[in-house]
Amino acid sequence: MLIKTILISALILFSNISVAKINIEHWKTNNGASIYFIENHDLPIVDINVDFRAGSVKDTKQKSGIASLTNHLMVMGSGGIDEEDLANQFTDLGAQLNSSFNQDKSGFSLRTLSDKKNEAIDLLALVLHKPNFDKNILEREKKRYISSISQSDMMPATIASKAFMSALYGDHPYGLSGSGEANTIEKIIKKDLDNFYKNNYLSNELSIVIVGDISQKEAEDIGQKISLGFTENKIVSSIPLVREKKGEEIRISHPAKQAHLYYGAPIIKRGDPDFLSLYLGNYILGGGGFVSRLTQVIREDRGLAYSVYSYFMPYIEAGPFQIGVQTKKNQVNQAKDLIEKTVSDFIKNGPTSSELKRAKDFMIGGFPLKLDSNKSILEYVSMMAFYKYPLDYLDTFTKKIDKITAEEIKSAFQRRVDMNKFSTVIVGSE
Amino acid sequence: MKGMTLNLLKLTFILCLVPFFAQADNEIQEITLDNGMRVIVKEDHRSPVVVSMVWYRAGSLDEVNGKTGVAHVLEHMMFKGTKKTKPGEYSEIIAAAGGRENAFTGADYTAYFQRLEKSKLPVSMNMESDRMQNLVITEAEFKKEIKVVMEERRWRTDDKPKAQVNELFNSLIFRVHPYGRPIVGWMNDLENMTYDDAIEWYQMWYSPSNAIMVVAGDVDTKKVFSEAIKYFAKIPAYQVAKRKPQVEPEQNGPRRAVLKAPSKLPYIQMGYPAPTLGKDGIKNNREAFALEVLVGILSGTSSARLNQNLVRKTSRALSVGASYSMLSRGGQSTFEMYATPSKGISVVNLERDLKIELKKIVDNGVTDTELNRVITSVIAGEVYQKDSVFGAAMQIGQLETMGYSHKIVDDYIGNIKNVTSTDIQEVIKKYFHEDALTIVTLDPQPLDKNKKLKGKPHAH
Repeated sequence: MLIKTILISALILFSNISVAKINIEHWKTNNGASIYFIENHDLPIVDINVDFRAGSVKDTKQKSGIASLTNHLMVMGSGGIDEEDLANQFTDLGAQLNSSFNQDKSGFSLRTLSDKKNEAIDLLALVLHKPNFDKNILEREKKRYISSISQSDMMPATIASKAFMSALYGDHPYGLSGSGEANTIEKIIKKDLDNFYKNNYLSNELSIVIVGDISQKEAEDIGQKISLGFTENKIVSSIPLVREKKGEEIRISHPAKQAHLYYGAPIIKRGDPDFLSLYLGNYILGGGGFVSRLTQVIREDRGLAYSVYSYFMPYIEAGPFQIGVQTKKNQVNQAKDLIEKTVSDFIKNGPTSSELKRAKDFMIGGFPLKLDSNKSILEYVSMMAFYKYPLDYLDTFTKKIDKITAEEIKSAFQRRVDMNKFSTVIVGSE
Repeated sequence: MKGMTLNLLKLTFILCLVPFFAQADNEIQEITLDNGMRVIVKEDHRSPVVVSMVWYRAGSLDEVNGKTGVAHVLEHMMFKGTKKTKPGEYSEIIAAAGGRENAFTGADYTAYFQRLEKSKLPVSMNMESDRMQNLVITEAEFKKEIKVVMEERRWRTDDKPKAQVNELFNSLIFRVHPYGRPIVGWMNDLENMTYDDAIEWYQMWYSPSNAIMVVAGDVDTKKVFSEAIKYFAKIPAYQVAKRKPQVEPEQNGPRRAVLKAPSKLPYIQMGYPAPTLGKDGIKNNREAFALEVLVGILSGTSSARLNQNLVRKTSRALSVGASYSMLSRGGQSTFEMYATPSKGISVVNLERDLKIELKKIVDNGVTDTELNRVITSVIAGEVYQKDSVFGAAMQIGQLETMGYSHKIVDDYIGNIKNVTSTDIQEVIKKYFHEDALTIVTLDPQPLDKNKKLKGKPHAH
C-alpha cells in the first residue's frame, strides 16, 4: 500500500543559530500521489494542503481561464451538496477551506481543529473528488470574472503586468492571464470544466502535505483517502518549452499619477543548478528589501520610488526574472536608466565580498524564520513537494548557500542573465 | 512596510472572522521601567525565533491640520541614522543578523518590529534604544525621504479609486475628529513639510514613557526584562503633550458624496458612527459586542448573509463586505459596508439592498444557528491564532497602545456568547438611522477621457 521512502530531519546547528527540528515523512501512494507529513502536537490544529499540476499553464489561448474557473468552482458545491450547504458545514466545524492558484498549480488547503478533523477531512475529500460544477453557478461566476477582468484591465499595475508577461512569453501559456480574458471566459461551458478536471486532476500529479496534531497512521489514511479519489494517467500533457524571444520595449499611456515599469526576461525553471547562485546574487541586486543595490540607487539615494525590487520566479518551465518600480511619470525614464545601469554593473562585476558575506549571513541566520509556524512549514514544504525538491533540501540549504562564491554568482549572472533579451514595459509613460 | 499605513484593525475584520482578540492565557508578563517605558513578554517555545516590537502611542490621531502625515514621515526617518550610525546602517545590521524588520503607522500608534532568530534579540534592543534617544534628522535625508512618502501616497491612494473613496468617506463621516484625515497625509501637507516638523514630532512623542516594548517567542521572560533594563532604563523620559478629548459632534442628516475616477465598475462605501468598547473593557460592552457579532453574521464567515444574499443568491453585487472595530484609542468607530454592484444594478438600488439586509434583522432578528456560527468561528479562530507568534505580539501591542489591557481578551468569547438577537436589533435601531448615514459612491470614468491616451499597447 504505502511505500515509505525516507525519513529526513532538518536539524542545523551553527555556532550561535538554532533551528527547529522538523521531521518530514514522505511516501508515495500506489497510484502515484506524493505525501509529506510533519507531525507536531504543540497545538490542536491540523493543516492539509493539496496541489495539482493544474494551473494556467494548462490553458489554451482560445479558452484561457478554464484552469482558474475550475479551481474557483471546486469549492462551490460537491457530491450533490450545494454551495450554501457546503459553506455552512465548514463554518459549523470551525474549519477553513481555501483555494490557491498560479501559473503551475491549483491548490486547496484545509485548516481544522484536531477534534473536528475527521468530519473536516471527509468534507475536503468530497470537495476534491466530486465537484458539482453547477451550471448556474458557472454562469454567475463567469459574469463576476468578466467584470473583475474589465476592472483590472483599467488599472496600471495589471495593464503593465499583462503586457510584460505577453512580451516575455508570446503564445506560451505563461504569457496568458491566469484568470482569462473577457472574450474567452464568455465561451467556457460546464463541459470544459468537467474535461479539465478529468484530464488534469490526477493522482500522479498530486502532492499532499499534512502538518500538525495527527498521527502517522491517520496521515497515511488521509493520503490514501484523498489520492484514491483520483485516477492515474501517466500520459499527461507536457508543458511546452519556453522559446527564446527577442526583447521589446512597450509604452502604454495611462492617466495615473505614477508610471509602472517592468523589466526582465524568462530565465530559470525549478531545479536549475544555477538557481541558488542567482537567488543569492539577486538578494544583493534587488531582492533584499532595504539593503539591496536597486533600493539604494532608486529609493535611498534619490527618493524616486517607494518600492523597487527584482526576483527570479522559477516555474516548471522557465519563469521570469522581473524588476519592478512605480514612480511619478516624469521620473520613469531616469529610473529606467538607473535600473539598467545597476543590473549591467552587477552582471559585469558581480557582488563585492562584503555584500556576499552579508547576504549569506541573512540567508543562513534568517533560515529559522522560514519555518516558525505550522502554516509557514505547510507552505514551504508544499512548495518543495509540488516542485519535487530533493528531500534533503532543508538539510543542505544553508550549507549550499555558505559555499557559493562571488565568482560563481558573477558567472551565473553572465551566463544566464542577458539584458539584450530583456523586455521593458512602461504604463503611464509621459 | 517602512510606511505601511494600514488601519490594521479594520483589515482584521474585512478579511475574516478570526477575532481580533484571540489568546486567552496568562503567560504574559510585564514590567514598567523607572522611566515609564513598559515591557511585555509572551513566551512561545515552539520555534527558536523571537518577535520584538516597540510601539509608540502616537499616530495620525495626534496630528494637527497642515501637518497631516507627519507621524508616518517620522516613521520613515527612524531608518535614517542616529548619532552613532549612518542612514540605513541599522537595516544592514538587522539583515546581517538574518532578521526581517519593518514599521507601520496607524491612526492610533506607530510601531517598529523585527523578527529574528532568538539569540539575536539584543541586536534589536540596541537599535531601538539608540533610535529612541539619538535619532538624527538632516535636511538632506528628509528631502529625499519625503519624496519617497509622496510616491507612497500616489501608489497607495491617488491611483486607486477605492482608496480615494475611502479617504473621502473618512473625511465626511469625521468632520471634526482627526480620524477624518488620511494616515499618509494630504499631498499638500507632504509637499510643505519640513525636517523641523519631523524633529518636532520626534521630540514631542518618542519619550520612553510613551513607548511599549512587546517581545514574543522562544525567550526567557526574566532575561528579556534584564536586557530591556540594560538598553532602555537609562533613557530619560519627558512629559509628552497633553491630549485633549476629541469628540465628533452628533450627525444630523445624511452625508452623500460622489467620487469620479477612472474605473470600469462603480462602488459604494457606506456607514454609520458606532460606539467603541470602553477602555475598562466594560463600558459599552453590550453594544460593542452586539456590533462585533453583527459584522460576523453579515460578512465574517463563508456562510455570512451579505455574500449569500447579494452575491450568490441574487447576483445583485459582485462583491460585498462589512466591517467594524470595537477598539479605538480615539474613542470613535464606524460600522461600514462596501459593495460593487453587478452589471445592470445601480448604486442606488444596491444601497437599498444593503439597508434591507439591516432592516430584515430589525424585523426578524438573527437565528440561533447564525449566532452559533459566529461563536464557533471565534473559538476556532482563537486556537488558529496561537500558530502565529507575530500575531500574538501585534495583538498585545495594539490593545495596550490603544489604552486597553491585553487581559480583556480573556473575556472575549464569554462576551460574544452573551450577545442575543435582541441586542443586535437594538444596536441597529439605535445607530443605523438615515440621519447618521454617510455614503460615498464611485462614479466610474473612462480611461480615454484624456484624448491623448491609447488603450492598446504599441511597441517602439
